[in-house]
Amino acid sequence: MAAPASAEEKVLVTGNVAAAEGAVRAGCRFYFGYPITPQNDLPEYMSSRMPEVGGTFIQAESELAAISLVHGAAAAGGRAMTSSSSPGISLKQEGLSYLAGSELPALIVNVQRGGPGLGDVRCGQADYFQATRGGGHGDYRLLVLAPHTVQETFDLAYEAFDLAEARRCPVMILTDQQLGQMMEPLVPAPMKDLPAVQDHPWALTGAEGRPRRIVKSFYWRPGELEEFNRRLREKYMRMEKELPRWEEDRAADADVVLVAYGTSARIAREAVDVARGEGIRAGLVRPITLWPFPAAPLAAAARRGARFLVVEMSWGQMIDDVKLSLYGTPRPVDLCWRAGGGVPTVAEVAECIRKARR
Amino acid sequence: MKPAEAKLKAGRPRLLLPDRTHYCAGCGHGVVHRIIAEVLQEWGIRGQAIGMAPVGCAVLMYQYLDIDACESPHGRTPEVAAGIKRARPDKLVFSYQGDGDLAAIGTNEIIHVANRGEPISVIFVNNAVYGMTGGQMAPTTVPGQKTTTTPKGRSVTAEGYPVRVCELLAALEKPAYLERCVIGSAKEIQRTKNAIKKSFRVQRDLGAFSLVEILSPCPTYWRVPPAKSVKYIETWMEQIFPPGVVKDVTK
Repeated sequence: MAAPASAEEKVLVTGNVAAAEGAVRAGCRFYFGYPITPQNDLPEYMSSRMPEVGGTFIQAESELAAISLVHGAAAAGGRAMTSSSSPGISLKQEGLSYLAGSELPALIVNVQRGGPGLGDVRCGQADYFQATRGGGHGDYRLLVLAPHTVQETFDLAYEAFDLAEARRCPVMILTDQQLGQMMEPLVPAPMKDLPAVQDHPWALTGAEGRPRRIVKSFYWRPGELEEFNRRLREKYMRMEKELPRWEEDRAADADVVLVAYGTSARIAREAVDVARGEGIRAGLVRPITLWPFPAAPLAAAARRGARFLVVEMSWGQMIDDVKLSLYGTPRPVDLCWRAGGGVPTVAEVAECIRKARR
Repeated sequence: MKPAEAKLKAGRPRLLLPDRTHYCAGCGHGVVHRIIAEVLQEWGIRGQAIGMAPVGCAVLMYQYLDIDACESPHGRTPEVAAGIKRARPDKLVFSYQGDGDLAAIGTNEIIHVANRGEPISVIFVNNAVYGMTGGQMAPTTVPGQKTTTTPKGRSVTAEGYPVRVCELLAALEKPAYLERCVIGSAKEIQRTKNAIKKSFRVQRDLGAFSLVEILSPCPTYWRVPPAKSVKYIETWMEQIFPPGVVKDVTK
């Protein structure tokens, strides 16, 4: 994609390219990655885009190396990102735990495919637990953003570094094979005017005329680590309170509230159309942040007596968060799922709605 | 000599903080830390340096050196250093690593950082054993050496031969300078200091990758008294890891 001509510029790109360009226009000048399908057009795009904007692109020797390069560039004050797909994201968990423990901002894009193991390269949403529970060792979370269009993929990537720096934590954009590889029109936001590296009060810049800074996650004196964890917990609890984000579509009067993100949310929305056509009051709550999970709209729907239908491409992972959101107001929660590369059809989801209503 | 009559030959460099280190008696890490502190201080570049601490005995390096520093997952140390250097190309970035970090879990990282010619200085402290975890076999443990996981001595049949890192990296095009030194006699320590200086110069002037391997004593897990550990290096380690310049493109 060429440099922006104007704010009205409209282009046709894949979700993967939209994530890349969103990050670039947000000031990301460091991209480190490793090939894996179905996200390869993202690093390929970055290999030519980064030099155009004076940035750094490295195809690393492994996912471990890529996330470690992100760690270094982030510690030095750069906006740094990596991308991968499910098996590769598993490899990055070590680095994610260290980033969270070192309180470094960074962007990680996971274009989910089917699993477990090598799985296949078709669509999946079975990395939900891994994404929303931190994924690596220790107590931490990722801030997880879940777009459902190419435009939203750009928009969230464009915003991700601001969130990551404000909270000093890694941010994950969780998409899937269909969202990553399909093309849609995109109106990109303009390039942010930022230096390649920023002199954050914690960044390693060389201790010229000031006390040294140490970026670390190792706390060895008795009580130090416990104190650090107490502080981390407070930080994440603030995020839980302040950051949940979601979109509602015809949910206000819905008897059956569908809950879905990413590609599943697009299908769920069409199924809601079908159900409404049949006189069934169905609606959709689409979480945009998967962590922190938007419990409030679900709890509110439960209090007015709605039933719930979770649509996801896994045997059922997000459904646990939906059930937790209803705590104290037990309501029926059904699951409409396909996994292992299968994508639910609108007809299948519509049938699930009919069943859920009975 | 009574303390009152003692004559100070050399003070502690300011960049080496006055903490009591956690290192064992006779350990080489303190000496290597001191060398780094001396070089940065002599050159007046405290504000230019960023150091990478490894997972291993030297993880607390940042506790003792008064410079900006970062820590990384085990073995990823040179890649994190490379990330810092890419973001701050005008700084002097060094990665400080032990033999487990560099030659076992981080073999992939060191080879590819060297192969890309990332302009960082790697200070590789080889003491032929895992110290922090209690004396297990390292990739550089010498044949016959007893460790807590080779109780009968390292068997080359079962465990293979020690990995010679400098020679391995010398097979690559981009490394500019590879030298193996020793923490032993005063002369050898001076040679180690010169090698670290040279490594920093190669980074600054040539923008190239370099590595200084330092054979360093670990009396605790070699189970020899500190005073005999230097002899141990000569007898056991130098046969496998001959000191000297392995590659130098500046000559």
